[in-house]
Amino acid sequence: MAKPLSFPEDIFEQEMGQGMRPETEAELAEIIRVANGPFVVRGGGTRSVGACEGAVLETGGLSGVVLYEPGALTLVAGAGTPLAQVEAQLAAEGQRLPFEVPDMRGLLGCSGESTLGGVVAANASGPRRVQAGACRDSLIGVRFVDGAGTVIKNGGRVMKNVTGYDLVKLMAGSWGTLGVLSEVSFKLLPVPETGATLILRGLSDAQAVQAMASALGSPFEVNGAAHWPGEGTFLRIEGFAASVAYRAAQLRRHLAAFGALEIEEGTARWAGIRDVTPFHGRNGDVWRISVKPSDAPGLVARMRADAVLYDWGGGLIWALAEPGTDLRAALGAFEGHATRVRGAGPGAFQPESPGVAALTRGLRAKFDPRGILNSGLMGA
Amino acid sequence: MEMPAPNSLVLSAKPQIVARLRKVLPPDAVIEDAAETRAYECDALTAYRCPPLAVVLPRTTDEVSAVLRICHEEGVPVVPRGSGTSLAGGALPTADCVILGVARMTAVLETDYDNRFIRVQSGRTNLSVTGAVESDGFFYAPDPSSQLACAIAGNIAMNSGGAHCLKYGVTTNNLLGVTLVQMDGTVLEIGGAHMDAGGLDLLGVICGSEGQLGVVTEATLRILPKPEGARPVLVGFDSNEVAGECVSDIIKAGVLPVAIEFMDRPCIEATEAFAKAGYPDCEALLIIEVEGSAAEIDEQLALIKTIALRHNPVEFREAADEDQAKRIWLGRKSAFGAMGQINDYMCLDGTIPVSSLPYVLRRIAEMSKEIGLDVANVFHAGDGNMHPLILFDANKPGDLERCEALGADILRLCVEVGGCLTGEHGVGIEKRDLMGVQFAPDDLEAQLWVKDVFDPRWLLNPAKVFPLAVTASRRAA
Ligand SMILES: Cc1cc2nc3c(=O)[nH]c(=O)nc-3n(C[C@H](O)[C@H](O)[C@H](O)COP(=O)(O)OP(=O)(O)OC[C@H]3O[C@@H](n4cnc5c(N)ncnc54)[C@H](O)[C@@H]3O)c2cc1C
Repeated sequence: MAKPLSFPEDIFEQEMGQGMRPETEAELAEIIRVANGPFVVRGGGTRSVGACEGAVLETGGLSGVVLYEPGALTLVAGAGTPLAQVEAQLAAEGQRLPFEVPDMRGLLGCSGESTLGGVVAANASGPRRVQAGACRDSLIGVRFVDGAGTVIKNGGRVMKNVTGYDLVKLMAGSWGTLGVLSEVSFKLLPVPETGATLILRGLSDAQAVQAMASALGSPFEVNGAAHWPGEGTFLRIEGFAASVAYRAAQLRRHLAAFGALEIEEGTARWAGIRDVTPFHGRNGDVWRISVKPSDAPGLVARMRADAVLYDWGGGLIWALAEPGTDLRAALGAFEGHATRVRGAGPGAFQPESPGVAALTRGLRAKFDPRGILNSGLMGA
Repeated sequence: MEMPAPNSLVLSAKPQIVARLRKVLPPDAVIEDAAETRAYECDALTAYRCPPLAVVLPRTTDEVSAVLRICHEEGVPVVPRGSGTSLAGGALPTADCVILGVARMTAVLETDYDNRFIRVQSGRTNLSVTGAVESDGFFYAPDPSSQLACAIAGNIAMNSGGAHCLKYGVTTNNLLGVTLVQMDGTVLEIGGAHMDAGGLDLLGVICGSEGQLGVVTEATLRILPKPEGARPVLVGFDSNEVAGECVSDIIKAGVLPVAIEFMDRPCIEATEAFAKAGYPDCEALLIIEVEGSAAEIDEQLALIKTIALRHNPVEFREAADEDQAKRIWLGRKSAFGAMGQINDYMCLDGTIPVSSLPYVLRRIAEMSKEIGLDVANVFHAGDGNMHPLILFDANKPGDLERCEALGADILRLCVEVGGCLTGEHGVGIEKRDLMGVQFAPDDLEAQLWVKDVFDPRWLLNPAKVFPLAVTASRRAA
């Protein structure tokens, strides 16, 4: 239970101005508890999708690494902790967040400091998702304040935990609609000794998806598989030097039917795929579409986008489309979901089936009974 | 173990309920005879038993939906059941419940190697999922020791793990979608062959919800290409502390073994007597397995050896061939059987931060001495998931109670050092009343909201997971 706190005189006046920025979890809880108005929950504002109205409630004050145990591969930090700070601290110990957080600032045309809470709220996951899982798979604990101002914790700091319901997963990708994250815990991975990028050129989209499927279905531990039409089809392997060399040679043989495989040292190229640099500086709406990989080329043909980038072996399509195009209408019924990550108007998130939408509404009504957290976002 | 008093209205309506169930199911799919329902009176937590009102064994999602609609209308609690191997009493019936068993739902519905998934009916056993794809070079990664018997349904409900989850994760990390039948009979598709949710991650909260949110009838599971090879080493140490430090150093060095298993002296001695695996006479041993091509394995093991030798092990044993590899695993794999031979035992499942390992083992030894019951430790050291086995004699009056008291103390210790009550077996009835140790009332309340939303009448497996007092008003409503 949060005990009553005294605030600096001006904390509620800020509501009118630039918004509120609690410095502690208890302060965050109290702000929400006594509030009536809607809030727009904000980490660094570097990966916002869709729009909603209200006073800005910033988490940047809830910053700092609470615990980092390299020998246990675990990190606990305030939700407002800058991603860059954490990445640097992990790198110093030869570790990293497994899921390769995309930097969306170039794509969204914004600046600011990405926070861990924002990463979790967006379930932001890059190319390594195909092998190491999404953000939700590495997230092992959360603390958050619900829409009534109550502090709730779930999970913890250990990797294996099935005690009670997994609200940790529920919070990942909830875009601030169920609560405001105050603390998050992650499981980490060591940074491999080295890596290589394998490139096939000149493949059609369909051939590329087949080549990526073949590579991902091999035992050679491919942890990135992307296709940039016109540019090439890219595979990434990482590990100890001898192992990377061995697997590169094996993959060259394994993929011989798709043409000659170029082997590029290092993995520098993957930041561009992760951050969708091919779309930077180009006009239009940007869509992020999760599909069954083998469906991807057919869907791309149907959507008639200005440009596309395939990641996750085809399971993730980034599409650049004419502003205001309803890409979902062009796609028709398909298995998966499409989110408009850049562009104006309603309907950024994929509409849900009636049964699932009812559950979502029910959960939001429980966690945020007054409907004050990012109200209007994600359909409800 | 306290269970809620059965609803007398339901008990007296049995003939009508059974008649309605028979109308929607084939004759052999409804069991009500007391002699036959006895087979369902417990799961692998055999200390607790209660025959159910009736058992249904549907074959399709439609049949499951029809059953649930009837039970919903009649106000009958339903306990879903896979293979009944839960160690937490998750599938324990109440006298007024219908057991909904998915054991006849074993079909493979779709295998797709290009997109690396398999879709199965949920009653299919864990091992037979791998069996369906292994001749094509694939496998399903989560591998609970019970994998020959346990069903995917139970794995999803408990979010089960296995020896290899250090590298591959647990069930939730390998689950892409489910067909979920809600208590009122509504059938929902959640997730599928694509990755992640477009909205809230409902799949994430369904996995591990212990049969309380809906009945899973079908599942889409991620399958992975089989590694080229795997090989274990065995390292013996003369103290638990040093073994624990070695685990931490291996992890810090950037090697990621698929498994790091830990056994302490009581466990080594018991398994030696039983399985004669030829383990060294020492305080603690680690079995570390790595994967890859022969050369990759050599490289990783060389690094592990360098690290291990720094800690002055009593023995560092490599496997020159398949047979020696099997012998390294032999003792670990027969540990539970060995314990079962010499004693009754209770298997705990708390997780602790790896750094607290030496302290926790020392405290467990002290507590074991105080109460006069032996404890053997065997566990997944890489992720801190402990399996203390408390040995007791079920025929000796008071022994079970002392064992449960010690178990509760050990789990409290796990929480105290920053861990949790259960890493992979689930709460069930076994740890239900300890939930308050790990969670504040508000933390529990938030979990109850989820159940309120999925199962507003609280009919699905209602007496599990949460302390009865906490759920009483909801169950009565
Ligand atoms: C010798 C032994 C070794 C074990 N080793 C491990 C191990 O290494 N790792 C591990 O994690 N576990 C282990 N277990 C525990 C157990 O095997 C797992 O919890 C397993 O997943 C249970 O599966 P089951 O099909 O037997 O489920 P059951 O015991 O039948 O049920 C378990 C839970 O699932 C629910 N449930 C069942 N079917 C459904 C459904 N269709 N829809 C919704 N809910 C459902 C039940 O209500 C219950 O709460 C072991 C058990 C034994 C006996």
